[in-house]
Amino acid sequence: MNESSIVDSALPISIRGLTKQYGQLYALDTVDLDIKSGEFLTLLGPSGSGKTTLLMAIAGFNRPDAGSIRFGDKEMILTPPHKREVGMVFQSYALFPHMSVAENIAYPLKLRRVNKSERRERVNKALDTVQLSGLGERHIDQLSGGQRQRVALARAFVFEPRILLMDEPLSALDKKLRERMQIELKDLHRQLGVTTVYVTHDQREALTMSDRIAVIDNGQLMQVDAPQVIYNQPSNAFVADFIGESTMIPLKRTGNELFVGDERVSSVPDTPAETDWSLVIRPERLMVEPGTADRDSTLFFNGTVKESVFQGETALLLVVLDDGTEVSVRSSTGTATPGITANPGSQVQLAIFRRDIIVVPTGNSQR
Amino acid sequence: MSWWRTPASSTQVTHGGRLWLYVLAAIIMILLIIPTFLVIPMSFSDSQYLEFPPETWSLRWYNEYFGSRKWMRATVVSLKIATATMMVATILGTMAAYALFVSGHRLAKRIFMLLITPMIVPVILIAIGTFYAFGKFGLNNTLTGLVIAHTALATPLVMIVITAALRSYDLNQERVAVSLGATRIKAFFQITLPQIKFSVVTAALLSFLTSFDEVIVAIFVSGGSTATLTKHMFSALRDYIDPTIAAISTIMVLVSTVLLLLTQAIGKK
Repeated sequence: MNESSIVDSALPISIRGLTKQYGQLYALDTVDLDIKSGEFLTLLGPSGSGKTTLLMAIAGFNRPDAGSIRFGDKEMILTPPHKREVGMVFQSYALFPHMSVAENIAYPLKLRRVNKSERRERVNKALDTVQLSGLGERHIDQLSGGQRQRVALARAFVFEPRILLMDEPLSALDKKLRERMQIELKDLHRQLGVTTVYVTHDQREALTMSDRIAVIDNGQLMQVDAPQVIYNQPSNAFVADFIGESTMIPLKRTGNELFVGDERVSSVPDTPAETDWSLVIRPERLMVEPGTADRDSTLFFNGTVKESVFQGETALLLVVLDDGTEVSVRSSTGTATPGITANPGSQVQLAIFRRDIIVVPTGNSQR
Repeated sequence: MSWWRTPASSTQVTHGGRLWLYVLAAIIMILLIIPTFLVIPMSFSDSQYLEFPPETWSLRWYNEYFGSRKWMRATVVSLKIATATMMVATILGTMAAYALFVSGHRLAKRIFMLLITPMIVPVILIAIGTFYAFGKFGLNNTLTGLVIAHTALATPLVMIVITAALRSYDLNQERVAVSLGATRIKAFFQITLPQIKFSVVTAALLSFLTSFDEVIVAIFVSGGSTATLTKHMFSALRDYIDPTIAAISTIMVLVSTVLLLLTQAIGKK
């Protein structure tokens, strides 16, 4: 039963030129975004970036100053929230404490005048789906944080909305439970097949769960791509810095070539001419004392070890390069590659494969 | 013997060291309560005049009160006005408190302050102002006029009680309800109201008492067949000192105490 898709058809969301201004500040600045039918899309950004404003605009709780939001081919911008047929999960869960678990989940069905026997059946099915079978009669204050989270979820999808919106639903849970719920949510999304828009400020959560991530800052979309692309090919300095750990080294430009020190890094990408460029280095892509020296495929740096830190599953090495830039190197501590340790003050050679090199524009931010 | 040497709290201050505090608290409580309780024995006096302590006891002043058409009519007027005030003030005050709490408008705080001014302005000023304003509209000596005036006095209390209740309520619940398909009105009545209902009942009882105990405005704007119980008591005291007042006061103390205990009991739930 659970394997079959509960929702028959998911709806794509198409957002065009969405703008919302608070005084002088743009919470949303002409946002264009297409969310595919059945997709799990995460809005990721720092607090105040506009991600929640965008979610609330999709839900209908704030009215943008300009632009269009379409569900399928239906314009929704003026539709009041109670007619949008959108399931919603809030950070605070917002369960109704004067109702039992079953009554909470039955509420949207009651509003739709679903008859009693069907209501009970669908509530039980929803409880099964979120693994809370038999807890329907419980009171809300008898539930743990994780259970509340599941009730809020069940209530949001029991009426078979074709769009599901979630506003940082896991941020109130402790780390272990949060990580388990991330997997469960992903699994649930696969079962339901519903178009899901998820808001978080936690980049790891976004990478774990999403089909695509929309990175947002200052009300503008910085990049919309699959997690691997966002991580491996950030299209600008903000995304490179916000997602994952990274060190940025400014590049010197000579003609059409970019250099770090005397070492040629790459030729100038063919996007806007008048910008500065930086090299982005992920700490786990750096190698220490690589031994072989193939300058065609590898870029070398020399530096001095500043600090060596054991962190459990990985070890971290802080190295000050000869030009003064500080980079971190992360290595696995598994038995195959025991974490690399070195005494502070010792000289070390670092290397990175040219195929792992990321070059992003830093100057006059375009986009 | 050694009781005052034992610590009164985790601060290590002994009961002996706290003695001055206990005495002060006792004096304050006695000063607050004695005037109220003095009236109770006086109401059971058999004398023609108010006296304390009474020399002989009887229930004659209670008979006097319950047997008098004048007192009974005034009591009915007071109950009618208090009930109407309770309903109007509770509904208007709840609506105002909710709207100002939810709106987030930049003027919301100022409008709130404006609406609770009747609590701050001396009642005598409100009474004089109301008297002249009502004169223009022919509302003096009418039940409607009294209800309007008392509603103005009771609404601030309702607003304060309801706003306090909303502060500890997660408004996202209403948003969730709306996202699940409820209109805003439905969301308010099905989700918000059930959770603040004890505060609404408390506010209702308080506004009933505000009107029922009110005398200053009533002296100015009520009269003749619309005179309230408190106004009658006040004029009775001025014209002839009559222990019926003590009997009525005792009954009012009883009613007020019961209502207040009721609100406390409700608040605890």
